[in-house]
Amino acid sequence: MAEIKKIATREGYGQALTELCREHDDIIVFDADLAGSTKSGSIRKEFPERHFNCGIAEGNMMAVAAGAASMGLVPFASSFAMFAAGRAYEQIRNSIGYPELNVKICASHGGISVGEDGASHQCCEDFALMRSIPGMVVMCPSDNEEAKAAVKAAYAYKGPVYIRLGRLAVPVFHEEGFDFQIGKGDVMQDGTDVAIIATGLMVNEAVEAGKMLEKDGIHARIINMCTIKPLDEELVLKAAQECGRIITCEEHSVVGGLGEAVCSLLSEKCPVPVRRIGVNDVFGHSGPAGDLLKQFGLCAENIVNVTKDFLEK
Amino acid sequence: MTPNEIHQLKVTACKVRIGAIEGVHAAKAGHPGGSLSAADLFTYLYFKEMNVDPADPQKATRDRFVLSKGHCAPGLYAALAHRGFFPVEDLLTLRKIGSYLQGHPNMNMTPGVDMSTGSLGQGISAACGMALAAKHQGNPCRVYTLLGDGEIQEGQVWEAMMFAAHYKLDNLCIVIDNNGLQIDGNIADVMSPYPIPEKLAAFGFEVAEIDGHSFEEMEAAFAKARATKGKPFAIVMKTTKGKGVSYMENNAGWHGKAPNDAEYEIAMTELKAQLAELEGK
Repeated sequence: MAEIKKIATREGYGQALTELCREHDDIIVFDADLAGSTKSGSIRKEFPERHFNCGIAEGNMMAVAAGAASMGLVPFASSFAMFAAGRAYEQIRNSIGYPELNVKICASHGGISVGEDGASHQCCEDFALMRSIPGMVVMCPSDNEEAKAAVKAAYAYKGPVYIRLGRLAVPVFHEEGFDFQIGKGDVMQDGTDVAIIATGLMVNEAVEAGKMLEKDGIHARIINMCTIKPLDEELVLKAAQECGRIITCEEHSVVGGLGEAVCSLLSEKCPVPVRRIGVNDVFGHSGPAGDLLKQFGLCAENIVNVTKDFLEK
Repeated sequence: MTPNEIHQLKVTACKVRIGAIEGVHAAKAGHPGGSLSAADLFTYLYFKEMNVDPADPQKATRDRFVLSKGHCAPGLYAALAHRGFFPVEDLLTLRKIGSYLQGHPNMNMTPGVDMSTGSLGQGISAACGMALAAKHQGNPCRVYTLLGDGEIQEGQVWEAMMFAAHYKLDNLCIVIDNNGLQIDGNIADVMSPYPIPEKLAAFGFEVAEIDGHSFEEMEAAFAKARATKGKPFAIVMKTTKGKGVSYMENNAGWHGKAPNDAEYEIAMTELKAQLAELEGK
């Protein structure tokens, strides 16, 4: 097998946005002094008249994007997850969410894999914040190809969308042009001993964990849940009914993210034991991204350990 | 404007004040003070300045208005109703369950409302986005927004002002209702935003200072705004909070409180007397 390519999901955002701009005149792009990092800057070269830097003023940027959307344009607004979902939460809630405006918020540098910049920039709360807004679609692509697909699906969808993208280069395992649908999870590996539902860069870790567990005779169902809201309830309930135990994996706080979304659903419709792998209600800190992910248990090895422990009990 | 046009605007403004007070009284809640200070501006915008069509409220080339100080919705609704966007009697449904007249403006529920607002500081940003989009689209429309003088304490307002000047949004005209009062008292005591015109000029705006209860001065300022190219325009209008109802005038206590039945009767008596005088009855 050829060597696996590693690309950050933010790269896919820049590529897909450029392709979308070539096809559609109604796209307008906003950034807040981070266009080089979020990759919205790729638009500046080919479509300079459609890229507007808002300076370091994320709250204003979100409401500006809302106003542009009210005129019939499709604005893509980017910053780091911390400053998009975090600083501009209330502008997103009141000026984009409440009026149901067609703004696509594409936030890079989500999670602790931001690395060396440390806790101030490691947003592990964005799913929780964005999930809480009625009508907001929340996605976290697992690789470059899924990021491209999610960005294109976001354009085709009418309404507010939040996409969390990563800084860290991660393995690309989706084929180019694969079938992607907002709100639909994807079974990466079948099994009935336990279901592991992962999002973002944790999907690859879950797939690797699944292979390791298989060697030990544990048949795990691995589910890629790119869309955190609306949750693919049918797929989660089916997994709960057929596997009886669920593990969730996300590069996000265990408070308010995928794990809680899954628990909320299961507690009402199919109560089964759940383990949540995520950032355990603590702040991150500086360090190389790969080391941090291991330290915080956001890796295949920890998924294997948690799974074995879970199945013994 | 002819003397007759000005007279008609004064009559309409009085009806807008009556509509605002009727709505707030019926709702037993709402913001009369700022609705009354801005009633003349709402009237001028919707009956003279803006290109809008109540029969086609979503027309792409219409001028836009964003009520950045969204709590003054009762005044805006009264102006929209009298302009023909919806029945005047519906003003009495303000803030009631099932009404399309929410406590703060909702662009998806109320004909004529161009942006949902209420959280202070955000409307001006949305107006900037509209003005930028209009330029991008080649849409000849103009964008207007009204801010409170207390509202400009929000930092986002100044982010938006930088944006407006940076992108040379000369199709944007912001108006600041300088009635001098906010919920907790005098704006100069709570957190002074003064000097306002100097700050706006420093942020790159062409600025006009007017009496916010003079239609003649509004006409001159808005004409200057339309003629100004290459930079956004700001009108700082000195107003009286609660204008038109004696006991509400210059009283911060009437920022966000509905009159009781007795107070309502006094307000209606005063406003109807003003209307009768204007109509020569």
